[in-house]
Amino acid sequence: MADVALNTAKAGGATYADVRIGRYLNQFISTRERRVQGITNTESFGVGIRVIAKGTWGFAATNQVTADGIKKATEQALAIAKANSKFQKEPVKLAPVPAYGEVVWNTPIVKNAFEVPVSEKVDLLINANSAALKEGASFVNSNLFQVNEQKYFASTDGSYIDQDIHRIWPTFTVSVTDRASGKFKSRDALSAPMGLGYEYMIPRAEDKLQTPMGMTLYRNSYDMIEDAATAARQAKEMISAKSVEPGKYDMVLEPNHLGLTIHESVGHPLELDRILGYEANYAGTSFASIEKLKSGTFNYGSKLVNIFADKTQPGSLGAVGYDDEGVKCKRWDLIKEGVLVNFQAIRDQVHMLGQNESHGCCYAQGWGDVQFQRMPNVSLAPGKEPYSAAQMIKDVEKGIYIAGRGSYSIDQQRYNFQFGGTVFYEIKNGQIAGMLNDVAYQSNTQEFWNSCVKICDEKDYRLFGSFFDGKGQPSQVSAVSHGSSTARFNGVNVINTGRTI
Amino acid sequence: MPIMSKDEAQALLKKVLSYSKADECEVNLSGTDSGNIRYARNSVSTSGRVSQHQLVVSSAFGKKLGIATINEFDDASLKKVVERAEELARLAPENPEYVPFLGPQTYAESKTYIAATAAITPKLRSDLVEQSIKVAKEAGAVAAGFLEDNTGFVAMMNSKGLFAYNTSTNTNFSVTVRTADGTGSGYATRGYNDITKLDTKTATQIATQKAVKSVKARAIEPGKYTVILEPAAVAVLLENIFFRLDARQADEGRSFLSKAGGGTRLGEKLVDERVNIYSDPLNPDLPTSTWNGDGRPQEKVSWIEKGVIKNLSYERYWAEKKGVKAVPGPDAAIMEGGTKSLEELIAGTKKGVLVTRLWYIRDVDPQSLLLTGLTRDGTFYIENGRIQYPIKNFRFNESPIIMLNNLEELGKVERTVSVESNQNYLLPPLKVRDFTFSSLSDAV
Repeated sequence: MADVALNTAKAGGATYADVRIGRYLNQFISTRERRVQGITNTESFGVGIRVIAKGTWGFAATNQVTADGIKKATEQALAIAKANSKFQKEPVKLAPVPAYGEVVWNTPIVKNAFEVPVSEKVDLLINANSAALKEGASFVNSNLFQVNEQKYFASTDGSYIDQDIHRIWPTFTVSVTDRASGKFKSRDALSAPMGLGYEYMIPRAEDKLQTPMGMTLYRNSYDMIEDAATAARQAKEMISAKSVEPGKYDMVLEPNHLGLTIHESVGHPLELDRILGYEANYAGTSFASIEKLKSGTFNYGSKLVNIFADKTQPGSLGAVGYDDEGVKCKRWDLIKEGVLVNFQAIRDQVHMLGQNESHGCCYAQGWGDVQFQRMPNVSLAPGKEPYSAAQMIKDVEKGIYIAGRGSYSIDQQRYNFQFGGTVFYEIKNGQIAGMLNDVAYQSNTQEFWNSCVKICDEKDYRLFGSFFDGKGQPSQVSAVSHGSSTARFNGVNVINTGRTI
Repeated sequence: MPIMSKDEAQALLKKVLSYSKADECEVNLSGTDSGNIRYARNSVSTSGRVSQHQLVVSSAFGKKLGIATINEFDDASLKKVVERAEELARLAPENPEYVPFLGPQTYAESKTYIAATAAITPKLRSDLVEQSIKVAKEAGAVAAGFLEDNTGFVAMMNSKGLFAYNTSTNTNFSVTVRTADGTGSGYATRGYNDITKLDTKTATQIATQKAVKSVKARAIEPGKYTVILEPAAVAVLLENIFFRLDARQADEGRSFLSKAGGGTRLGEKLVDERVNIYSDPLNPDLPTSTWNGDGRPQEKVSWIEKGVIKNLSYERYWAEKKGVKAVPGPDAAIMEGGTKSLEELIAGTKKGVLVTRLWYIRDVDPQSLLLTGLTRDGTFYIENGRIQYPIKNFRFNESPIIMLNNLEELGKVERTVSVESNQNYLLPPLKVRDFTFSSLSDAV
């Protein structure tokens, strides 16, 4: 089938073509309190064909995966390329890629979530809900997302790549309402979406990290029942917790929180396509320019800050063997000892950096979407000196500890951002002094990363994940992880977000 | 193939139902034929044409429900998807809140399909983009934009005899124009059911003017300002109200519409009395489907009338439990406006800020509906009825409820597009006092 597309493309004057035949399977289970709201299995099968003709890209997709359907779609892609070539100033230039021949890559899962009985998964969610209700939750919604991408890639550059990719995300929202005051608070799960199988749902002692505030954090497996019970206790405590006094604080940011800050303030601004202006009409451009990169002296962060990109880290959402244009995946540095050293780029743009090898971070959300540059896993390397999160808290005089993701917003060039979190604790003279409400911190990317004064060691290193990162027009989602250890940022501006209507 | 006629859809749905062994079965079918051109740096970057279908089967045994979807329509695949839904239903625990599917309903004839849009040619698409790029190039500026059009159909049928079918067309266009040195940026967006109404040239001229005029923006202190929000800025704030009209959340005490001591704010005056918001599927300027995904008719509904919360939306289960009509949530929203143009609103402003659009809107607190985000692509300082100079972008922290209490004036209604949700609305520009800008951004 793939050869029908490649041969039709070549015969129609294409200088390059690739074809992706994909079967995309999802299972989604949703519950609230003691009942199941929905169990949904989705399946989508089709083919996307991309060609370069007259130096211009063309793309078409169809779910008629027959010789005839593929031939027609290829002809449409050719016609689009030729029609748009009138706008093209310079022909598309692809960085070379080896012909890998016939290769296979599978997510190294231990237990396929799609093979686990639905009843077992339902029981786990309902048990988590019950644990929260028992601890005083007014309401609880829990969900389990499971994704399996079965995709076959072939290109005129001589690669035939078969990949089977798995992802999983258990999550919940526990709410507590206080009828008398009309107040309500909620606490989301401290799980992370992962590139793992059902083994993530089976808690292991070695993946649990205890904190001075009594809550448990999780690494490569998750205890949903335990976390749901903790969530209910914390949501109850939030109803009467103190509202934050606005001002400057030293922030102690836990990996499942810091991951989103890395995502927005480092991951996105270093995407070459947006730096060049290809995303100007939607996601925006970037403060990080090619000039800043080439200067070799742009201090993105303090000397402690080492940030790397990779598509190979086991268990991460971004891990695949080959990207969606047939480039083998790898790891590379973005920020080294605080200095900006590289961007993220794919085959048709990497030459603009003076490099001749794609970074291997091209992705399409489905067979019907054109592949383009997507963020790889972007992670903060752990500190080299032994240092725990508990020790970090002890060393802070006036600070705030944040765990988990919350509200997030950043401008279109990635300077000014504001982040909330899942739970906030006040730190006073090295001690946890209780929960806080209404916390959000505002900063500027370069200022923020230069205020990083401490990073915990690798024992604290964990992955945060974003299951539905949006980019492009039409918008496509992508899943990506961000690793880090707990890190400290000094003198960050905190605002109070409490209002009465 | 993607756009099935009513008869073809009916035949396929009947066939799927004939495979069902469940107590109840409902099938939703949809197909779209869409085309798009994306451009940046005054050149086309990607362009595509995608045809997609989806079939969703919901099967129930007693109060046990399973759902499965597929996009392959040969007999074997259709049998497989029905079996899969039934298998999931058998495995599912009983849902005490399960409500049986609806019987046959009567729907008004919708106005969502325009033949001219369905007949779009690649040449028309390319000409519309060429006109846009030409405007930017002639001004020495750089355009990035996106044009998309969709023709689609949706149909549903269930074992209780309900059948519904609708076709629709849509086109959305947006363009960001930046000056060559990247120090000025402007934006415009348009949405229609009828592509013949789309004028990419005029929209790009507006974006270009904003870009050129926003060069050398000055920093002014963050704080509370009177603002004039253009409809594209109003959309991304107010849609957070439109999306949260659910009665159950309010009854359960976890919505901005919940009341201290229990109950909801239905019937209470929550915002300025000049605020009137409703939805109407038959509005000629913003037609939407006359039925929703579970087969309920969509009718004209008033949500906020003279500042009073007039209606809440209901799931069928909750409505039954509460003994009220199960009004579905709106597919689009319309806010009544005034008679003044944007220019007239500016002319009547002593001191204020003109906001072209807002960006990256996120919930900060669901209790107060506090939102954060930033201004983008054309922010100007107004004094004595005139635009004085461009200003640097701000981050705001504001609740649309507080904002609608601080209303000064409403302008003329126009159709606009939310950059966050891609939804279309009919909204006026709003002049609002004491809008909270909390910090400055260097972004252009």
